Amino acid sequence: MTLPEIAPPTCGPPESVLVVGASAGGLTTAEALRRKGFEGRITLLGDEPHLPYDRPPLSKQVLSGAWEPARARLRPEPALRALDADLVLGDPAVALDAANRTVWTESGRVLGADEIVIATGVQARVFPGQPDLSGVHVIRTLDDAVALRTELATARRLVVVGDGVLGAEVAATGRGLGLDVTLAGPQSVPMESQFGAWAGARLGELHTEQGVTLRLGTGVRELAAEAGRVVGVLLESGEQLPADVVVVAIGGVPATGWLVGSGLTCENGVVCDAMCRAADGIYAVGDVARWRHQGLGALLRLENRTNATEQAVAVAANILGADQPYVPVPYFWTDQYDVKVMVHGLVPAGAEIEVVEGDPAARRFVALCRTDGVARGVLGWNMPKQTRLHRQRVADALALAPAG
Amino acid sequence: MKVIVEEDKCCGAGTCVLVAPDVFDQRDEDGIVVLLDEAPGPDQHDAVREAVSVCPAAAIGLIES
Ligand SMILES: Cc1cc2nc3c(=O)[nH]c(=O)nc-3n(C[C@H](O)[C@H](O)[C@H](O)COP(=O)(O)OP(=O)(O)OC[C@H]3O[C@@H](n4cnc5c(N)ncnc54)[C@H](O)[C@@H]3O)c2cc1C
Repeated sequence: MTLPEIAPPTCGPPESVLVVGASAGGLTTAEALRRKGFEGRITLLGDEPHLPYDRPPLSKQVLSGAWEPARARLRPEPALRALDADLVLGDPAVALDAANRTVWTESGRVLGADEIVIATGVQARVFPGQPDLSGVHVIRTLDDAVALRTELATARRLVVVGDGVLGAEVAATGRGLGLDVTLAGPQSVPMESQFGAWAGARLGELHTEQGVTLRLGTGVRELAAEAGRVVGVLLESGEQLPADVVVVAIGGVPATGWLVGSGLTCENGVVCDAMCRAADGIYAVGDVARWRHQGLGALLRLENRTNATEQAVAVAANILGADQPYVPVPYFWTDQYDVKVMVHGLVPAGAEIEVVEGDPAARRFVALCRTDGVARGVLGWNMPKQTRLHRQRVADALALAPAG
Repeated sequence: MKVIVEEDKCCGAGTCVLVAPDVFDQRDEDGIVVLLDEAPGPDQHDAVREAVSVCPAAAIGLIES
């Protein structure tokens, strides 16, 4: 694939910035611009009606009912006001003219700016026909989480389709609510692609111990329905799992539909250079951005919370002329039952695992993941601080890698 | 400047410690934030504002005076 050839900005600092997407990535971009001294106009445009809120609690505290939805707000209102940005909510961007830096919205607004930041995240993937069925849920937005919580209150049997991080978290929260939970997915252990086979197997044991029925290593053929309502999930193996409620957590699709005809390259996200620039004066941050990670020498798109904010800080600096590549150490965490697992870096398939702290039998450990003797990731299980203290090994290896 | 942390929101990522190590630390047992200095001096203000903004759990608040 050819990468966009973009000349570095030549004129002075911009007078106005438009950020599309008013969540973790978008809001942090605006905050970082102000912190770095930008005094021009900032417009923050979002399609959701809610004040900016955070997503990680949705599958955890909001779904369990431990938090009222308002607790998931990203900032208190005074902090939003202090930002001195035009916050335009409930109005989706429907088109972008990249060359003229103009965005059109569904309600008919036409917004122009010197620089535009795309922070529209991803949308939940669904099965064909799924939106027409009742009893089937995704969990991406606050409204999704509240709708699912409401239905789970009267359900008994929950089937979760998808063995990634979201599916595993929803299964754990569902057990906490006392539901009869089955987790189904094609990998041999849950979260294998993020954790690798070794730690994924430990996660599988944890779920089994907590009473979740695992149906792994087999795909889903279809959702079974009667009279417009889901009644179960039919697996490729032929088995049918009966369900009162089904959660489909099979990944996300970058929210780039509104960029058709914009002139930008969108292939599994908005394709950007190492500075996170998609075109002259256009940047992307967060889940939607697929940029060239110079340490890995490859295009990378990360769907995790710290990437959204770190990339936002990097993009704000570049808008103001820093011209610095964005070269993060990837990071994510997940909370399931009383376990917190985190990864700094990545766990490549087939990595060699060495426990460097703690003891897996005691359920507290840090494991270093290497390929060809090089530290690629550090995975921690209920040892957040100690895991962070090994992060530098991964950072050093990334810095040594040839810039691609 | 006064810093406030909400322990029950904290996710233990340690992002604040990477950004402002003189102001934040983490508990050894569960990684939850420890506030080392609740009224940091002016030399720390930029770092603390960044920590507030990039905290992946939105668990740090500020009262700017
Ligand atoms: C339930 C859940 C749990 C998670 N848990 C964790 C976790 O434990 N750890 C972790 O590291 N990560 C977690 N994540 C991932 C993390 O939340 C995301 O990486 C992060 O939210 C990405 O931020 P973003 O701003 O790039 O995108 P988003 O948060 O998706 O925000 C994009 C915003 O843009 C809006 N938008 C889309 N299209 C348009 C348009 N055309 N016009 C205007 N606005 C638009 C969207 O509605 C949304 O409000 C979780 C995600 C979910 C959904």
